This record gives sequence, C-alpha cells and structure tokens, in this order.
Amino acid sequence: MKDEIIIAGFGGQGVLSMGKILAYAALENDLEVTWMPSYGPEQRGGTANVTVILSDEEISSPVLDTYDTAVILNQQSLDKFESKVKPGGVLIYDPYGIHHAPTRTDITIVPVDAMEATIEMGQAKSYNMILLGALLKMRPDVPVEAVVRGLKKALPERHHHLIPANEAAIRKGMDLVKQ
Amino acid sequence: MKDNVKLMKGNEAIAMAAIRYGCDGYFGYPITPQSEVLETLEAEMPWETTGMVVLQAESELASINMVYGGAATGKAVMTSSSSPGVSLMQEGISYLAASELPALIVNVMRGGPGLGTIHPSQSDYFQATKGGGHGDYHLIVLAPSTVQEMADFVALGFDLAFKYRTPSMILADGVVGQMMEKVVLPEQRPRRTEEEIHLQCPWAVTGKHKGRDKRNIVTSLELDSAIMEKNNERFQRTYREIEKNEVRYEARYIDDAEYLIVAFGSIARICMKAIEDARKEGIKVGIIRPITLWPFPYEAIRKAAANVKGILCVELNAGQMIEDVRLAVSDSVPVTHYGRMGGIVPNPQEILDALRRDFIDKPANAQEETK
Repeated sequence: MKDEIIIAGFGGQGVLSMGKILAYAALENDLEVTWMPSYGPEQRGGTANVTVILSDEEISSPVLDTYDTAVILNQQSLDKFESKVKPGGVLIYDPYGIHHAPTRTDITIVPVDAMEATIEMGQAKSYNMILLGALLKMRPDVPVEAVVRGLKKALPERHHHLIPANEAAIRKGMDLVKQ
Repeated sequence: MKDNVKLMKGNEAIAMAAIRYGCDGYFGYPITPQSEVLETLEAEMPWETTGMVVLQAESELASINMVYGGAATGKAVMTSSSSPGVSLMQEGISYLAASELPALIVNVMRGGPGLGTIHPSQSDYFQATKGGGHGDYHLIVLAPSTVQEMADFVALGFDLAFKYRTPSMILADGVVGQMMEKVVLPEQRPRRTEEEIHLQCPWAVTGKHKGRDKRNIVTSLELDSAIMEKNNERFQRTYREIEKNEVRYEARYIDDAEYLIVAFGSIARICMKAIEDARKEGIKVGIIRPITLWPFPYEAIRKAAANVKGILCVELNAGQMIEDVRLAVSDSVPVTHYGRMGGIVPNPQEILDALRRDFIDKPANAQEETK
C-alpha cells in the first residue's frame, strides 16, 4: 500500500495541519510516513501545500511530481495540480470559489461542499477536517480511530477539548462524499 | 505503534538529539530554514533537566565564538545556522580547527549566493568540504538524508569531533530540515562531569586542579613559523587518520548497475525514486550516497565506476561534488551533472530525463567524445 498525497490551498485554510494530522494517524497505524511542507514566505492569503506519503514500505523521495490523491482548496492549486494527478487517481476539491472546475476524465473527481458544511455547522475551524473526512472516505489508508489518536498527538493539550468537534467534522466530510 | 517512535522535523530531531547526547551548550541565531533547532531547544528547556545551556546570541559571529570558548573548556558545544549565517562563522570555524577544538556545527543549507532564498540547496559543498575559512584545514562533514540521520549524526558528529579534536559539521538542506518523518531518538545520556572532562580532555582550559599543576592555553596564534609548520603537519596527520578511518557512504543497486548516480543528502532520496522508476523500465541504475562528504568516498566510487557506462551527479548546485567524483574516477568513465539552483528541488522525473539525455539516448560514439 502506498498513497502519495498532495494537499493544497490558501495559507490559513489548515492545509499543513490536515497533512500533519494525517501523518500522525499514519504513525499511530504503524505506516511509514513523510510530511513535506512548502515552507517559506507563505502566509494567510498566499498559497501553501504539503506532500504526505503513506506507505507500508520505506519511502524514498519525499518530493514528488505526480500524486495518487490530491485535496484541492483553491483555484490556483487546482490549476497547478490537476494535471499532476496520476491516471486513475483521485482529486477531491471544494467547489467554493472555484471558477473553472476540473475537466479530466481519467481520474475520479470528487467535489465536496466543505465550506457550505462548515457554515452550516458553525465551525469555521473544522473546514480542513471535513476535507480530511472526504479524503479518508475515498482513501481509507488509516481508520478514523487512528486519526482521532493522531489528533491527540498533533494538537497541543489545551485544544484537546476540540477533538470531538473535529471527529464530527471528519464524519461529516465522509458523509458528504456522494457514492 | 512503538512508544519510542516519534514524528518530527529534521530540525527538531537535531535539537532533541543534542539534549539526549548530553550536549553542554548550544549557541545560535535564528535563520530559516533551521530556526526550529533553537525554537525546540527553548521549548524543551534542557537547562532545567540536563543543565544544558541554550543561548540565543546577538549574531552568528557571537555564536561561533561562544562555541570556541565552550569548546576550549572541554565542553560538548554546538551551533546551527543556514548558509549566510555559516559564512559569517567561517573565521571562528578556522580558529576552532587551528586550536584543535571539538565542536559541532550544523548548516541547513538554503539557496545562495548572498542572502538568496530560504529554500533547499546544496551550494555550500565547496565551503564545507574544501575549507570555508582560511588556512589548511578540514571539517568532518556529515550529510544526512533522513530525519533519523539528523538525530543520529549529532552523536556521531560530537564523537568524531572529540576523537580527532577537530570541529565536525552536519551539512543538511531545507528538505531534510523541514520535513517530518519517523524517528527514534537516542537514550538520554548524562552530561560529562568535570572529572570526566579533566580525564578525557587533558588539553582543556579547566584551571589547575587535582592531578594537574600547569595551566593550559588554547590559541591558534603561533608567531614562530617553524612551530606553526609543525602544528600544520600535526593537523595534516590527523586528517590522514580521518581519511583512513571515517569514510562513510551508502551504496544501493550497485552490483548490476550500468549507470551510476552519485548524490548526497535529501536529493539522494529523490534519486532513489528515479532509480526505482528506471528499474521498472529495465534501466539498471545504482547509487552511491556519500555520507561523509569529507572524508569523501573516492575509493567506493572508483570501484563502483569500474563496470558502468556513465556517472550522473545530481546536486542542488551548479556542480560542486562532481569535482570529487571526477577525481575519484579520473577519465575512466564519462561523468555528467544535473543540478537545480536557487532553492528549486528537482523531481524524480527530471533526474530520469537527465540520465536518458546524458547516457541512454546518446549513441556510443557521442559518449566517447564526452570522455
């Protein structure tokens, strides 16, 4: 099993955190994992992305040019990464703020109305967890239980009371994926 | 999951490994992409546990001179910085080498020259391996490619520095500094006691004490050229010893290789992916990853080159390590270079394309010309 994932969007949307929680979940599940951020002058409003690789074997390169799975949170990232999804791969995106929807026919495209659901739930900060839920539905690389354990590792203790809300958002995201 | 397996950034691993080594002092000044070293040390507050000193100096010059001072007293001390900051430290590093002081210097390289970018680079290879500061000296240079090696090379760097009484350097890059992966940290070791330092470092400036009635002086200044030449001869003997004993490298897929890639640090891992892809297509490529950049694994590369049609050096620079690879193989096999600069990291496909362009798609007579 190997899943090469790119998560990309605006800085401040929780892109790096989503990757980090997924990485901790992989650690909890005894998988090999690398988490490589686009570090640098990225800031709120700028673009940010993170490459997360989950595998049951040793991982060579933490840097990739094509991906099995893409989670896309804004138009710039869609423009940049749509062509980078391997044929047969999965592209999850939030249509909110997207003017040109993805057009490829050789990959599975999964629109997830995460922003809408966030507003409905009244929890702006759960946005990235809804998309993580969608990712876990499409790619059950790690069980939700491992993700919840991963949240405990990824979040400082003062935020642990938010874990149930995060779990609810993950499950909401899973439900949003239309079969 | 085993409890001792952690997920962390390479920079964080360096900080944690330093505390666990029983490091006595860290002196540094923040700079991207290695600021997490100092941040992690400050967050861990080791002065309350092991007694390790962690100090943010006013500049890189101050940091390296604090290292010099600490090292002169026989303490295990270190600093870390990134390319422009390490340039500022070169005078102090030369003085450390000339005073035969053990210390650990970490350079998490970024794109240069000048202030450059904050993104990954390997353009300080020359600086790290060929001197950097003035005078005839070498550092022991370790190039980690994983977060685990970032942690492991702290102890290795200190141990070698003390064994040979010479500063050593971890030459990392922004990729391995910033990425997170699994790591098992070493067991906590106690810091050495004053008595142990007296015993293990008879050269250190520890004052007169039981068993020692003369004072030591640590200096790099020697105005008598005859003595200074003797000093240099002693340094060179040490370097020859290090070259004999401490060469380290990793070789993979060498046995049946028709082509060889030589790459170090995180880029060697990107090359590994390119090699995995190449082998799926039946292209037999192997890799040598120098772990010590100085001393350089000339002999290993010479041997591996005996049966290959070409060597591709992949570096995040315009071609620096390639000079050592060429020294290793003379003109026996064509050696070419693929590099990205200024903070751009190549992907596996680019590396495979470079290999095809230079060797595989080229007719044999064209290769002869390259020779």
